[in-house]
Amino acid sequence: MSTVTDEITPGTDTTEDDGILLRVRNLHTHFGSSGGLFSRNRKVVKAVNDVSFDLRQGDIFGLVGESGSGKTTLGRTILGLAPATSGEVWWRGRNLAELSERQFRPLRRQMGMVFQDPNASLNPAMTIVRGVGHPLRIHGLASSRAEVRTQVAEMLERCGLTPAERYLDTYPEDVSGGQKQRVVIARTLITKPELVVADEPVAALDMSIRAKVLELMLDLKDELGLTYVYITHDLTSGRFVCDQIGIMYLGELVEWGDATAIYDDPQHPYTDALLGAVPLPDPSRKGREKNLPVGEIPDAQDPPAGCQFHPRCPRAFEPCGWEGSDLVDFLERRWTEVDIDTFESELGATGPLTAVEADEQEARFRGGASRELLPLLERLRGQEENRIFTGVEDIRTDGGDVVVRFREGPAPALQPVEGRMVACHLHGVVERDPA
Amino acid sequence: MSAVTTTEAVLSIRDLRVAYATPAGMLHAVDGVSLDIAPGEAVGLVGESGCGKSTMGKALMQLLPPGAEMSGSVELEGEETVGIPTRALRKLRGEDMALVFQEPMTRLDPLMKVSDHFVEAIRAHRPRTSKDEARAMAREALQQMGIPPTRADNYPHEFSGGMRQRIMIALGIVMRPKVVIADEPTTALDVIVEAQILDLMDRLRRDSGLGLILITHNLGIVAETCDRVAVMYAGRIVEVGPVEEVFTAPRHPYTQGLLRSVISTDTTELASIDGFPPNLLDPPEGCRFAPRCDQAFGPCPTVDPVLTPVGGASRAACLLYPGADPTGTVDPPAAAPTDDEARWEAP
Repeated sequence: MSTVTDEITPGTDTTEDDGILLRVRNLHTHFGSSGGLFSRNRKVVKAVNDVSFDLRQGDIFGLVGESGSGKTTLGRTILGLAPATSGEVWWRGRNLAELSERQFRPLRRQMGMVFQDPNASLNPAMTIVRGVGHPLRIHGLASSRAEVRTQVAEMLERCGLTPAERYLDTYPEDVSGGQKQRVVIARTLITKPELVVADEPVAALDMSIRAKVLELMLDLKDELGLTYVYITHDLTSGRFVCDQIGIMYLGELVEWGDATAIYDDPQHPYTDALLGAVPLPDPSRKGREKNLPVGEIPDAQDPPAGCQFHPRCPRAFEPCGWEGSDLVDFLERRWTEVDIDTFESELGATGPLTAVEADEQEARFRGGASRELLPLLERLRGQEENRIFTGVEDIRTDGGDVVVRFREGPAPALQPVEGRMVACHLHGVVERDPA
Repeated sequence: MSAVTTTEAVLSIRDLRVAYATPAGMLHAVDGVSLDIAPGEAVGLVGESGCGKSTMGKALMQLLPPGAEMSGSVELEGEETVGIPTRALRKLRGEDMALVFQEPMTRLDPLMKVSDHFVEAIRAHRPRTSKDEARAMAREALQQMGIPPTRADNYPHEFSGGMRQRIMIALGIVMRPKVVIADEPTTALDVIVEAQILDLMDRLRRDSGLGLILITHNLGIVAETCDRVAVMYAGRIVEVGPVEEVFTAPRHPYTQGLLRSVISTDTTELASIDGFPPNLLDPPEGCRFAPRCDQAFGPCPTVDPVLTPVGGASRAACLLYPGADPTGTVDPPAAAPTDDEARWEAP
């Protein structure tokens, strides 16, 4: 088996014998946003931003990320359900990202998607035989009603709904949640696809039956020779289920490679943070030092500069992309920890933070700023734990303003680290191609 | 059921029952639950959907929907709260006991500044509190939950989901209640934010000595943040004990199955519990778990077990253990597990 890192050459098609079923290169899916009903400044949400990975035939590739990480959009883009803005998705000599809907349609039966909510995935007005058999009719894969029925019955039984006769003529509302998800899986597999994108297939199910449905999916993969993209926010199931794993953050892949390697020895601080935060049913972990990142996932319409994780990263340093808004956040966070007198005197020095003008280069405290401001900032800069100041070029006065200027921080590119790809400056500053 | 209250308990629940009237008859969502919570103690209430854990939380606050019938006893520091007049109940809610819900967005008024939520809540309990005083209390509670004091006058929509949940918890603790009931407080949140909030709640209950009831389906959260766990099944507690005991040597077959079905980062084999929980409109006469139990034997379908000590500080309601049989007629099977031989292999 060749390592992940040999195969990252961009823009190359897959070949018959390289074992790669799907090759994604520099894929972007951007959505325009009106920025509010009456706003004129349209902002772009980079739901998928410069994502590259390889999907090996027969593998389960886990796309793991928190809500808003772009994992679902990536899955949909691969299947042509969301239009790619740019980039390549190679499948059997064709770049799927360039195909029109018409050209794509015949390929659709080779790929399937299982959605999270089985209740919303099935037409309540269709009997199970009609619903599951629907794709057969659409793709002209069955010539008669009897043939549809035979094929559907066979697939239902494969999916553990036995005897199929008991389910064929019932409606989705007649079966339980777990059974419904089995029906959804049967409908996805009825066209005999090779690739299945499963988007949180068990998240909506009660925990005692999750394992059952996952087990079914694993059995079907072996029986039918499937390849899966398994989208999940649940890190705990990823290790058992996946061969390869890709960790997403704000539309970008921050680490991808062999699942076991990533779980055993995460190389991106975000992966490390996720694994540290996951609660496990093991009381001996009580009270452990979690070293949690601060804050929450930022607004996708206004993502941080440089490495998008830097404002929260416990290990961020000089090149990570520090900017003006980080200083405002830093002060606000500091004020939740100090006593009320310190807060009031420091607020007196800075003035209201809403008046601070912040951009990627600087944070400007407007004229008339208190004489205490400069010494305060210099004092905070001298405290090593305040990592933001590693990115500060200088603090100076400009007219009546006090200006904190930040150094350039390039966005990190994926680079090979310990047999997987990691986008983090801690492993050497590798700048991403701005194109 | 014994009505003896341990002196240390801040909250003492005895034989709590809640039934909902449905067109098909009375549905017994909570069916005879007894539990003590000590000051500063966190007790996890776990179970699958429909086991009655959320109904328990609402019942303790007496916030049940119309048509629900509640009986039993809930004593707060030795004072009965069931059946007290509405006025006293209003004081109880919010001042002595607080409830934190799952969806923070639906619980905050979008047209009110965050600080005004606090002023309103504080004045509802202490009408003579000045606005400045109330705002200072708000600022302190918010700061405790990691909300910057500069943001107190923002509106709810200006906060992220995690921040809103912090605000909800701050609102819950501003009157310094003795007991906080948190119903899936982090379920809608991402894993890192969830961990942040659980850490804050953990610090809070230890520092302020408040009793915490954490209702969740996530066994990992309970293992890592609670002192004790009560496992609910079909409206009843089937096993209760220190998390160290229950998670390492679960005694009830349902707890064992539940723990086996958790998918964890060290899972090497998938497991699940066959079948479904019983219909609570017409629960089975014997053990409610018997139809799904892989260790059921002769009397299980007919004899209804009660909680009995099963070693350490744990209790379980299962006929495998002597003492669980209220009729005194059942001989546990020869293979019944003993204290040092629990039938459990860690997954």
